[in-house]
Amino acid sequence: MKKIVILGAGTAGTMVANRFSKMLDLNQWQVTLVDEDPIHYYQAGYIFMPFGMQDEKGIVKPKKKYIPSSMNLVQATIKSIEPENNRVSLDNGTTLDYDYLIVATGCDIYPEETPGLAEHEWGKSIHTFYNLEGAKKLQQKLQTWQGGRLVVNVVENPIKCPVAPMEFLMLADYWFTKRGMRDKVELVYATPLPGAFTKPIASKMIGDLLDKKNIKVESEFYVERAEPDAKKIVSYDEREVDYDLLVSIPVNKGADVVGEAGLGDDLNFAYVNKHTFLSDKFDNIFVLGDAANVPTSKAGSVAHYSIDLFGENFERYINGKELVPEFDGHANCFVESGYGKGVLIDFNYEQQPLPGTFPIPGIGPFQLLKNTRINHLGKLSFQWMYWNILMRGLHIPLPANMVMAGKKQVTVN
Amino acid sequence: MTTKVIAGNTVDVNEEGFLTNPNEWNKEIAAELAKEEGIDALTESHWTVIDFCRTSAADSGKAPTLRAITSGSGVSTKDLFKLFPKGPAKKVAKISGLGKPEGCV
Ligand SMILES: Cc1cc2nc3c(=O)[nH]c(=O)nc-3n(C[C@H](O)[C@H](O)[C@H](O)COP(=O)(O)OP(=O)(O)OC[C@H]3O[C@@H](n4cnc5c(N)ncnc54)[C@H](O)[C@@H]3O)c2cc1C
Repeated sequence: MKKIVILGAGTAGTMVANRFSKMLDLNQWQVTLVDEDPIHYYQAGYIFMPFGMQDEKGIVKPKKKYIPSSMNLVQATIKSIEPENNRVSLDNGTTLDYDYLIVATGCDIYPEETPGLAEHEWGKSIHTFYNLEGAKKLQQKLQTWQGGRLVVNVVENPIKCPVAPMEFLMLADYWFTKRGMRDKVELVYATPLPGAFTKPIASKMIGDLLDKKNIKVESEFYVERAEPDAKKIVSYDEREVDYDLLVSIPVNKGADVVGEAGLGDDLNFAYVNKHTFLSDKFDNIFVLGDAANVPTSKAGSVAHYSIDLFGENFERYINGKELVPEFDGHANCFVESGYGKGVLIDFNYEQQPLPGTFPIPGIGPFQLLKNTRINHLGKLSFQWMYWNILMRGLHIPLPANMVMAGKKQVTVN
Repeated sequence: MTTKVIAGNTVDVNEEGFLTNPNEWNKEIAAELAKEEGIDALTESHWTVIDFCRTSAADSGKAPTLRAITSGSGVSTKDLFKLFPKGPAKKVAKISGLGKPEGCV
């Protein structure tokens, strides 16, 4: 019996497990998953929760429900990975040997890395919506908040779902308007980036949208510390932004065990080949999902597309063939913009987001880089697709790599 | 991709003005690019950072992130912002003739 160990049973780990159950002869392969948390979270729901637009029931499910019954899901914390010995140690005292290791431990927020953030005002005037607990607390806070200056701050990149902070702000604009208190609220986005997004055309389009909604952007703002009593954040170049309510996207880091095993960078994101996800250091370790250091968005859609191709590649690999460097970094993100509308962006490692139609060239129904109702419906239906198609390992008849057909070349002016 | 004459050298640059081939870089180009970025003179401290980034990129094939520069060069983040105001990782990458750091997507 050959052994595969999958670390992490979130979005990527679950998709890979389902893929393996269809692809491998499980009389010859023993597949074990490890995760410390029995709950699977639909993280894209976190942006809606603070505004009461998403209930908890729809975004938390037992992990077990989505793991093939032929596989073993161990609930434990991973203590160490020993790549030289092909072994993983768990906090319950067991060790697992493997022939192949799949690392899918994702990334998480570390507010304690920024002075002043996770101290006595955390959960009071300083919040986050980047985990379930935070999103719930922020919902309570907003219910009674009287208005003032609401600042959303991204501490450092990369973060998962880089458009989520802007979605939060646009939903806030909508929600405060509906409650008749938009005139009492100032909305500010303090980001280390020079603009709304990293790539010029989308940055201009989304930047204009923020502008129209009267959301101010404080760009190239690298926060050094929060001053919870003075209610301000201070950047490394001594700029100060005052707030009444701070919504922070703290530093996102990969799992410590990845860093400790020598697989990762300063933020514990693992170095891999960006087309095959094979670790740079060990030829029997693959890293999928947010845990990998690859220059595309950390998003569930990316994990989905990449695992489509990874599956085929892994099958070749275990049969002694070469990996084909196929994956192009394809990302596809619905950007919720409030008022029942949304913007869709589609891009890869080389190609920045362009306007056009998706997925059928010339037809759509989704419109790229346009603010439409149908894009919003796409965002909502993604939740259903996530639980019922993606996490069940069912196939979506869409190409995994990005398609240029249906996209229009434009220039930014 | 286009070419550009910097300090008398014709080099390939991308649409944001980053050199696309680090081997076409030299110290005169660095000085000229620094001026374009609003840094009048490159001091010894600037060079410590530039040298670190060049070495790091020669190893890894890409420009280091801000975090990697701070931990690797021994220059504090605060000082990096004084030396290369606004976005230090991006600025030093440009001056060092490296591509844009991939950290932010
Ligand atoms: C606010 C927000 C909005 C988002 N919106 C979207 C969106 O609209 N569209 C989209 O495509 N994506 C979105 N995403 C991103 C998406 O949720 C992630 O990219 C995706 O879940 C990544 O999957 P993963 O498997 O890599 O990590 P995860 O799903 O986070 O799974 C990692 C797993 O590893 C486990 N683990 C980690 N360390 C250990 C350890 N030491 N021991 C045991 N277990 C461990 C964790 O418990 C977890 O279950 C959003 C994310 C956030 C936070």
